[in-house]
Order: sequence, then C-alpha cells, then structure tokens
Amino acid sequence: MATAQAVPADGVMRAADGTPLKTALARAERRERLKALGLVLPLFAFIVLSFVVPILVMLYNSVYDPDVAENMPQTVQALQAWDGRELPPEEVFAAFVADLQEAQKNKQAALIGKRLNYEISGIRSKVTTTARKVGALAEGPYREAVIAIDKVWGDIDTWATIKRSSSDWTPFYILSMLDLRQGPDGSIEHMPADRSIYKDILVRTLGISLLVTAMTLVLGYPVAYMLATSPQKTASILMIFVLLPFWTSLLVRTTAWMILMQDGGVFTQMLNFSGITFLMNMLGVIDGEPQLFKTRFATVVAMTHIQLPFTLLPIYSVMKTISPNYMRAAKSLGGTPFYSFLRVYMPQTLPGVAAGCLLTFILCLGYYITPALVGGPTDQMISGFIERAINSENNWGKASALGVILLTATLILYYVYNKLVGIDRMKLG
Amino acid sequence: MAVPSYYTRGETIAYYALRVFVALVLLFLISPILAVMPLSFNSESFFTYPMPGYSLKWYEDFFFNPRWTGSVKMSFFVAFATTILATTLGTLAALGLSRSNFPLKSTMMAILISPMIVPVIISAVGMFKFYAQLDLAGTRIGIILAHTALATPFVVITVTATLASFDKTLMRAGASCGAPPHTVFFKVVMPLILPGMISGALFAFVTSFDEVVVVLFLASPEDRTLPLQMFSGIREMISPTITAAATVLVLISTALLITVEMLRRRSERLRGVQV
Repeated sequence: MATAQAVPADGVMRAADGTPLKTALARAERRERLKALGLVLPLFAFIVLSFVVPILVMLYNSVYDPDVAENMPQTVQALQAWDGRELPPEEVFAAFVADLQEAQKNKQAALIGKRLNYEISGIRSKVTTTARKVGALAEGPYREAVIAIDKVWGDIDTWATIKRSSSDWTPFYILSMLDLRQGPDGSIEHMPADRSIYKDILVRTLGISLLVTAMTLVLGYPVAYMLATSPQKTASILMIFVLLPFWTSLLVRTTAWMILMQDGGVFTQMLNFSGITFLMNMLGVIDGEPQLFKTRFATVVAMTHIQLPFTLLPIYSVMKTISPNYMRAAKSLGGTPFYSFLRVYMPQTLPGVAAGCLLTFILCLGYYITPALVGGPTDQMISGFIERAINSENNWGKASALGVILLTATLILYYVYNKLVGIDRMKLG
Repeated sequence: MAVPSYYTRGETIAYYALRVFVALVLLFLISPILAVMPLSFNSESFFTYPMPGYSLKWYEDFFFNPRWTGSVKMSFFVAFATTILATTLGTLAALGLSRSNFPLKSTMMAILISPMIVPVIISAVGMFKFYAQLDLAGTRIGIILAHTALATPFVVITVTATLASFDKTLMRAGASCGAPPHTVFFKVVMPLILPGMISGALFAFVTSFDEVVVVLFLASPEDRTLPLQMFSGIREMISPTITAAATVLVLISTALLITVEMLRRRSERLRGVQV
C-alpha cells in the first residue's frame, strides 16, 4: 500500500522494489542512453576506421617526410656538427659519398634527387649524375672530388638545405601552398614569382565556387518561389524538372555538357540558329563560331546546372512554410507589391538561401570531374591538382598539403553550416 | 492561369516575366539530359543535329560488348553490397540518434554525415593509400567499404527524418504487451519507417552506382565499374556508346526518382500530412 500513497511518510517517492524513484529513473535513463549509444557505435566505428583514419594518415604526409633522413643517414649525422658558416668539412663529404654509393646500389638516388629538387630546382639530374660518378671514388679526399663532379656541392646553401630537410618533419609542403618557402638560413620568404602558382589555384577555386553559387541563387530563387506558390498539381509537375537532373548521375550530366559543348556541337548550333553568334560577332566579342569546349564558360555552366537543385531545394522548403497571409497583410497596409516582397517575404526566405548557398559552395570547392572534362588547363580546381600530384607527379607531400588546405576550408564551412542550419535538418529531394 | 483582375500593370508584367524566366531555367535544367538521348540513336559517330540516320548499333555495343556488360555487372554487384551494408548500419545509427540524448551526440552526428561533405578526392586519395597497406586496394571489398562510408550519410539523414515523426509510444506499447526488443523493431517500428529506409537505400544505391572518383583510385584496371568505364572512355575520345550508356543511366535514375517520390507521398498520406 505504501507505494500507492501520494507522498510516503519519509517524503521519498519509491519504486515498487523500494529504491527511491529518482534513482530508479536515473538508472533507466542511463540504460536507455547506453542502448542508444550502442546502436550508433557500429556505424561510428566503421566511419572512423574506413574514412576518418585514412584521411588523417594521408594528411600526415604533408608534414612527415623522411625521404632525406632515411636515404642519407650518414650525411645527416655528419651535418649535425656543422655550423653552416663555411663549406662542410671532409667528414661530411665522406659520409655523403658513402650515402650516395649506397643509394645508387638501392636505386634510391632518384628519390633523393626528386625530394631535393622541390627546394632547389634543377638539382635532380645533378644528384643522379653525382650518385653515378661517386662509385668511382674509392678513397678520399672526397671534398674536392665531389665538387669537381658538380659545382652545386661547393655551394653552402645546398648543404644548408640538406641539413634542414634532414628532419622527419618538414613545413615545406604547407608553406609552399601559401607560396612561401624557407630560405637556406631557415627564415620564411616569398616564393619567386615563377614558382608561386598556388595562390592562383586557391583564388581560382574560390572564384569559380562563388560564381557558381551566385548563378544557382539567381536562377534557383525564382523557380523555388514559383514552386512554393503554385497550386499543388502544377508544382509537382514542375518539380520533376528539378528532381530528374538531381537524380541523374553527375558523370552523365557532365558528359551531356561535354557533348553539347563540342566545337560545332548542339550548343553552338543553337547559338548560330538564335542569332546570338551573329550578334556577338557584330559586337566584336568573338570572331567566327564560339569556342566553348574546354573553357571557363563551359565549366561554370555545367557546374551551375549540376548544383542548381542543391541551392533550390532548401530555399523551396523554407518558402513552403511562409504563409501567404504575410504578403496579403503587407499589401493591405499599403505596401507596393515590390516593396512588400522585399521587406516582408524575402527576409523570411533568408535561412533557406543561406542553407542552399552554403551547401552549394561547400560542394563546389571539391569539384573534380566536371572541370577535368569540360574545362581547359586553366580551369582546374584544387581537387584536379591533388589528382595530378598523385597520378602524374607521385608527390604525396604536395597532394597532402593541398588536401589540408581544401579540407580546412571545407570543414570551417561545414561547421558554419552545422551551427546555422543544423545537419539534422538537412533534406534530400 | 489568368492574371487576377485586381493586379496592377506592374504586377501583371512581373507575373509573366516570372513565368517566362522559370520556364527558361527549367528548360536549362532538363534540356542537356534530353538532348543527349536522341544522339544515342545516331547512325554516325558524331554529335550534331540533324542526324543522318537512325541505328541501334551503340545499344548493341553497350548490351553485348563484354567490356560494357562486365562493368555493368560489377557496378550492380558493388552497389547492391553497398546498399545492404549502408542501410543496415545507417538505420541502426539513426535509431540510436533519435532515441535519446547521450554525450557528444551532435559531434558524432557531424562525423557520421561528414563523408557527404568532405571533397571526394580527399576521401579517395586517403582510402587509396590506407587500403593499399591493408591489401584492399584494387579489390571489390575495398570499393564496397569505401562506397559504404560515402553512402551511409544519406541513409542516416532519410531514416532520421522519418523517425522524427514516428510515435515512440508505439514502441512502449509493444514492449508492455510483452514483445522483446527485436520483435518490437520488426513488427512495429520497421513497417512504419520502411518508406524512409527504402528511400535511404535507394540513395545509397545511387551513390555507389554513380560514383567515379573513388573507383578511379581503388578499382583494378580489369575490374571497372560502369561510371569508370564511361569516364576513361570520355577522356580519350567520346564513343557514341557513351550516349547509349548515359541514356540507360537516365532511365534508371528516372525509375528510382519515381519510386522515392511515391514512397514520400505514401508516407505523408499515412501520417496525415496534407499533400
């Protein structure tokens, strides 16, 4: 009977088994929380192991670079005592010769050359030549003999650079992404103009993404408005036009643009037919038929086409929730249609605009396929350079450093998106 | 679609201008996809209108050339395996996420969704290097694991959205009638969230079926998926068979789109939401 009373004699509510109700409730809640955690954990572990860890390991390469330390162990050892003011002593050269002979035997000389070439351009062939020739040097003195093979070994800066690269850790790749480098004395300086290309790539990637985002907003906003305000039947027919491209694979859509934008292809035929080609020739914008394939124009058009639904759909779903009464009220209070729209309707759509534009901008930053297929060499974005660093140059340090820059930008925007919109409110289709 | 009689002249102009503008944008959205389809029936191997004649030879190549049929089989195999794995893991996680609050829930959610946001080239390169060390690069298992990671966010999002409107007292009702948790799940929860699960599964399927960057790094040269086969074909020289492949892919996406839309409407009707 005690449990049935509203308040027992001692003032503590108890569960059927006699434990205080508060404790029993806390215990039940904890059990519930653990159960929930247990359901999430399999996927969480899977994502961490198959996705997060591989990316972290890859990014580690942007600062971890043991090529010099591993392949020139004796030189690195001998250089430790060197103060860097004049040419290294004979012991260093002896160690250097021993290392190169070893490297030549293990076919690692090219690797050393490649790594040093990132910092001293043109040294690659000198390293391989020297490695080939030091085989003939049976005994010292090595210093003069090595300098005789190539003058570069008589330069203090060469040795300073080797000494600096001898650590397993290097800021080199990250610095070069910012068009900076370490001078032989360790100070940070600007890259010479002919080697500073990364700022261009970053500015280009941001520029294309911004332009595409703006285009999708300009084209998407009116469509979203029309979809949200039309009668249900009309809206669901119009929606097919938006959803079909959304569900069609990116590769298929890019292929379609590639085919249409061919020189003399369907797009050019359309421009000729509609008189736009004639008009543009008159205005002197172009001479003859427009060349579209492998241009910035083609890249931006194709990317806008692919991203349009991503910008449009969040705006549409916000517009759906705006009651038409607001506009009626604004108009009945004497607002002109344009003024009412600007001051009453549009501010309410801003959350959708922010969500759609941010999502599009984030996704644009990582575009690879579309610029690679419809863009020219000067339209490639960061992702394209990452692919090239690996497949053509086999330079993992560079690829990882580019990855660090791209991922940092993406994650900052993702954080903003999460705070502003909330990933749990992301909608698909 | 007549203009209401009380509209001012400015409003009438805006009304028609909006309609013309929207029509042009919708045309822009749909025309590239539609323009390519007829070209797949071209008898010559170039891509301009008017076409000199009609032929099914590109479809013949697509459906009978072992290079293409092999890649289609590979794509279906990988996509099915990915769908099963992603739907199972994603649904379980969504159930946990919508159940109660536990520490770091929002951080965990952010990490679970991140494969959708992280540029795919970074995922591809990272997985390529890491899986190579585990001898998984160039294998189907490697591709399936990678695709599952990329596809689960879609399942998590769609199933979480369905669960948001799911009445949790039904689970308690089931439990109080004496059903063990798995019976409650299969007899009560699953039938109600099934539309969300199927939508998520279809999203997972499409993600894997259309993916090209990860397979570019992880697939072995002789075991290509359909998008990879298309991609490598495009880079060298566009063969008209690619337009046939594109047409088939568009038809598949259309079928999936219709299925997802029907499921969405059905579940809205079941929940009594005004369609």
